[in-house]
Amino acid sequence: MTDVAASNVARAAPDTMSWDSGARRVVMIYLPLACFVLILLFPFYWMAITSFKPNAELLNYKEHNPFWITSPTLAHVKHLLFDTSYPRWLKTTMLVAIGSTFLSLFASTLAAYAIERLRFRGSPYVGLGIYLAYLVPPSILFIPLATVIVQFGLFDSPLALILVYPTFLVPFCTWLLIGYFKSIPYELEECALVDGATRLQILWRITLPLAVPGLISAGIFSFTLSWNEFIYALAFIQSGANKTVPVAILTELITGDVYQWGALMAGSLLGSLPVALFYSLFVDYYVSSLTGAVKE
Amino acid sequence: MSVTTLPSRARVLRQPGRLVRLFDYKPFLIVMCLAPAIGLLLVFLTYPLGLGIWLAFTDTTIGQRGIYIGLENFQYLLKDPLWWNAVFYSIFYTAVATFGKFALGFWLALLLNNHFPFKSLIRAIVLLPWIVPTVLSALAFWWIYDPQFSIISYLLVDVLHLRDSNVDFLGSPWPARFSLIAANIWRGIPFVAISLLAGLQTISPSLYEAAMLDGATSWQRFRYITFPMMMPILAIVMTFSIIFTFTDFQLVYAITRGGPVNSTHLLATLAFQRGIAGGELGEGAAIAVSMIPFLVFATLFSYFGLARRKWQQGEAND
Repeated sequence: MTDVAASNVARAAPDTMSWDSGARRVVMIYLPLACFVLILLFPFYWMAITSFKPNAELLNYKEHNPFWITSPTLAHVKHLLFDTSYPRWLKTTMLVAIGSTFLSLFASTLAAYAIERLRFRGSPYVGLGIYLAYLVPPSILFIPLATVIVQFGLFDSPLALILVYPTFLVPFCTWLLIGYFKSIPYELEECALVDGATRLQILWRITLPLAVPGLISAGIFSFTLSWNEFIYALAFIQSGANKTVPVAILTELITGDVYQWGALMAGSLLGSLPVALFYSLFVDYYVSSLTGAVKE
Repeated sequence: MSVTTLPSRARVLRQPGRLVRLFDYKPFLIVMCLAPAIGLLLVFLTYPLGLGIWLAFTDTTIGQRGIYIGLENFQYLLKDPLWWNAVFYSIFYTAVATFGKFALGFWLALLLNNHFPFKSLIRAIVLLPWIVPTVLSALAFWWIYDPQFSIISYLLVDVLHLRDSNVDFLGSPWPARFSLIAANIWRGIPFVAISLLAGLQTISPSLYEAAMLDGATSWQRFRYITFPMMMPILAIVMTFSIIFTFTDFQLVYAITRGGPVNSTHLLATLAFQRGIAGGELGEGAAIAVSMIPFLVFATLFSYFGLARRKWQQGEAND
């Protein structure tokens, strides 16, 4: 009896397998996947196509197919670059993102090294404390932080943002780097200690070069998060010239009741390009840092 | 620890300068290494957190130091229908958006866990909504939700002929609420999917092989292997997602600014409107502080509710 049952299973198996790899696969995997990709990408497509449409086409769906452009124009981009302070906003955002990235990389590399390698009593608790800081959302902090910024005389200055962004970057980077430092064999450092290297030499000459992938992950992540930050930039920056791109598009480009959709979308597209470009260069680092931080 | 004697001898032999020796003194080095990170966090995170709680008990306005007024701000909020409205919508927004994000994100993660051509390219594309600045994609959604020129309305009315009139996405309360939730789900799916995909890849294939040999159906394999194995990572990702959805600000501020008639205010946007735009720092801080109990509750609920299995069974079954 068992032989018969076994041969039945054996005969049935190839059938299900062939069905599995055929139509079933299309319905169960490719079709939903295509829907997901379509929906996740559509807003970007819409953003891009709106930026290059002339106004006549933009607001006339009866005569022009809205999904395509018949006569693309650079008018919106030109308006953005030459009639507004857009280049200045881009420069400020770049400055803030790079500044806060380097500041948080510096602080979190040292902190992660101290916690993971210079083990001391209570180091896991310091690590946990830094991690908990990540759970404090900016929405709770921005009002008191605004008064702190005013007290320090930094209101309306990009320096305020450079100093404040590390509050959410340092916890993330520290945890990422602790994970990376863990993966570097301790024996390497012991060898260096035996050879008479100081602790700082070990950090600079041995640990850091080996942790470069971790530093890149933490760096590009910090850059992206600071580029995208909104609530602090909205609350701490008042003058039009010092605003970052996300804030400036929302507060400076929207004037009156008639929205300049072409210019707004062109601004969004240009504002997204640096991070998207960065992203396309370092996809694997993003994925590994995202998943690494969650797994820790 | 026999190693420690060697470097000290080496150090004596080379007689390095006093500063170098100071930096090699471990307690000093630990303090120096932790100082930048801890300093930044204390000044710009812990201090403002305490200051915020203090401000909530004062009547501070912009440009004027407040005095202690006890619970007056909170008593005022409890009688304020707008605050109750914001509490309701924050909870509703978090609940519906989290459910949507996790249902769709888990599905997408399971899809991405299969083998198919261009897998890494598709994985890269999927993460894009999460990379791009939220405000900028929110603007795209605003344009998609335009009352006159919405592309969705165009599809429904002119292409599919399902409706006679344009959809009024943002003009009345309930459609506006759901439109914002849809935008939030769109933005949240990638993070959930990629994090859960990482979790899926850690599940050993031998478990599935054993289940297949025992004749388990694909649903049973999902229910009794994938789901329990994913619980710990699901708990962490959900805790994060709930915290950041509940305190969301950008999407609502960019698309509706709390309108129409204040129906889509989240606690964070209400705090901004009262605290920064309105200048009532004390009241704004009170609204922000009123988020803390919800956050603590949501965190404990999602973390312990979902991770229960883990701490009940102990580490051995991990």
